[in-house]
Amino acid sequence: MGHVHNAANDTASETAAEAAAAADPALPRSPNRLILDAGDLGRVIDRIAHQILEKSDGARDTVLVGIPTRGAPLARRLAARMRAFEGVDVPVGVLDTTLYRDDLRMRGVRALEETTEPPGGVAGKLVVLVDDVLYSGRTVRAALDALRDLGRPRAVQLAVLVDRGHRELPIRADYVGKNIPTALTEQVKVLLDEVDGRDAVVLQGGTQ
Amino acid sequence: MSRRSEGTNEFGRHLLSVADLDRQQATLVLDTAAQIEAALAGREVKKLPTLRGRTVVNLFFEDSTRTRISFELAAKRLSADVINFSAKGSSVSKGESLKDTALTLEAMGADAVVVRHSMSGAPHRLAQWVRGSVINAGDGTHEHPTQALLDAYTMRSRLGRLEGLRVTIVGDVLHSRVARSNVLLLSTLGADVTLVAPPTLLPVGVETWPVEVGFDLDASLPKADVVMMLRVQRERMAASYFPSPREYSRRYGLDATRMAMLADDAIVMHPGPMNRGMEIAAEVADSVRSTIVEQVRNGLSVRMAVLYLLLGGSEVSS
Repeated sequence: MGHVHNAANDTASETAAEAAAAADPALPRSPNRLILDAGDLGRVIDRIAHQILEKSDGARDTVLVGIPTRGAPLARRLAARMRAFEGVDVPVGVLDTTLYRDDLRMRGVRALEETTEPPGGVAGKLVVLVDDVLYSGRTVRAALDALRDLGRPRAVQLAVLVDRGHRELPIRADYVGKNIPTALTEQVKVLLDEVDGRDAVVLQGGTQ
Repeated sequence: MSRRSEGTNEFGRHLLSVADLDRQQATLVLDTAAQIEAALAGREVKKLPTLRGRTVVNLFFEDSTRTRISFELAAKRLSADVINFSAKGSSVSKGESLKDTALTLEAMGADAVVVRHSMSGAPHRLAQWVRGSVINAGDGTHEHPTQALLDAYTMRSRLGRLEGLRVTIVGDVLHSRVARSNVLLLSTLGADVTLVAPPTLLPVGVETWPVEVGFDLDASLPKADVVMMLRVQRERMAASYFPSPREYSRRYGLDATRMAMLADDAIVMHPGPMNRGMEIAAEVADSVRSTIVEQVRNGLSVRMAVLYLLLGGSEVSS
């Protein structure tokens, strides 16, 4: 692989789900491998929430901006956990990056998703972009361009639930829930209750 | 929240008639316009990079200020390069045919041509000659698709729905491409349309349209959610269609007394430009029920949505 960053952040790597998947003969390295179950996913979100609080001096002047589809509910969950841990109200926004993508011509037009500026805006703030999977880095690049048109943040950081490697741009995440080394033929599916009806991270496909 | 769909969607290459849009496609335009409006609301930079490097040609054979400016601004907000080509002062006045103009635009590599022409069907012909997308910005008395889309968008944002909405369209239906496009689109989207007009200003074959037809404005006002007043198009009237402007205004004009007959949340629309005092009284046009200024504003978002959906995923012409 050789493209995986932030291995040091990956403190939750030996999860119960992974152990179960490895031990359970019903779950071999099959087309659908469960990487995180609902419990793991909750703990990973808790950890990222703690890390953001730690790095941002208790979320001072900090806003969370989710990238649709699943970055938006993730950002809301992070904000809820930060409120539970430290009683802080972190403004949450949603930023659709579709109109800023550089691969529209190759992949075709898609329906747009919601964009809502965080209450109080982004100017002068620490903006933490939140997405489910970090892959090529092109979505994040588009998000940085979109963010620039919203205002001028003091700093921008990136939080992702899964880093699957294979970057095509010089982009890395500041907070990583889980590093998952993948083959290009594999797909990482993040499932969230708000969108998919359940919480899980699943690795699909790939050649055996 | 819908899941992001991959690949090219089923939106065609041209927008020639609203009849070509099914309910899903029409709703996609309205939803896209709403997302664009939300994305740009209150922003420092009201510009998106989506159509960078694309060329949009405004080809207007008929005078139009608001539609041309609206398309121009929509294209510029999406970072496209815009060329305005109006018939006056161009080779068209020297006798160049539509086809030769089309071939010239084709050679220059236009990605989209926004065309307005006094001949019904001109955009359809143009679409056969150019490789880029053709957007009908009004052809004769035939259609004006983006006007109908922005009207539907305005109704939906004011009243929250289109399904089952009772829309009364009043006035010069005969010469109105706005009415024709609205009837087609609104019936696709599930609204109930009533036309109210003098018999002389109804088109032949109106009985085959998916509408009710009435001649008494006062009777239809109390049950309408939307009243759309059409401009009396004197420039298209060679013959006399009604006895006098005063007579027309008395029977088919919307004044304050008639406006009082409307339901509490009913809205009054007009595609502009208005003949104040003729089909609509000034106090009605300036009232809180009037969406006339909103329609202009919404037109920008809707045209951005159309340009994005037609051009966003297409290859750049070489």
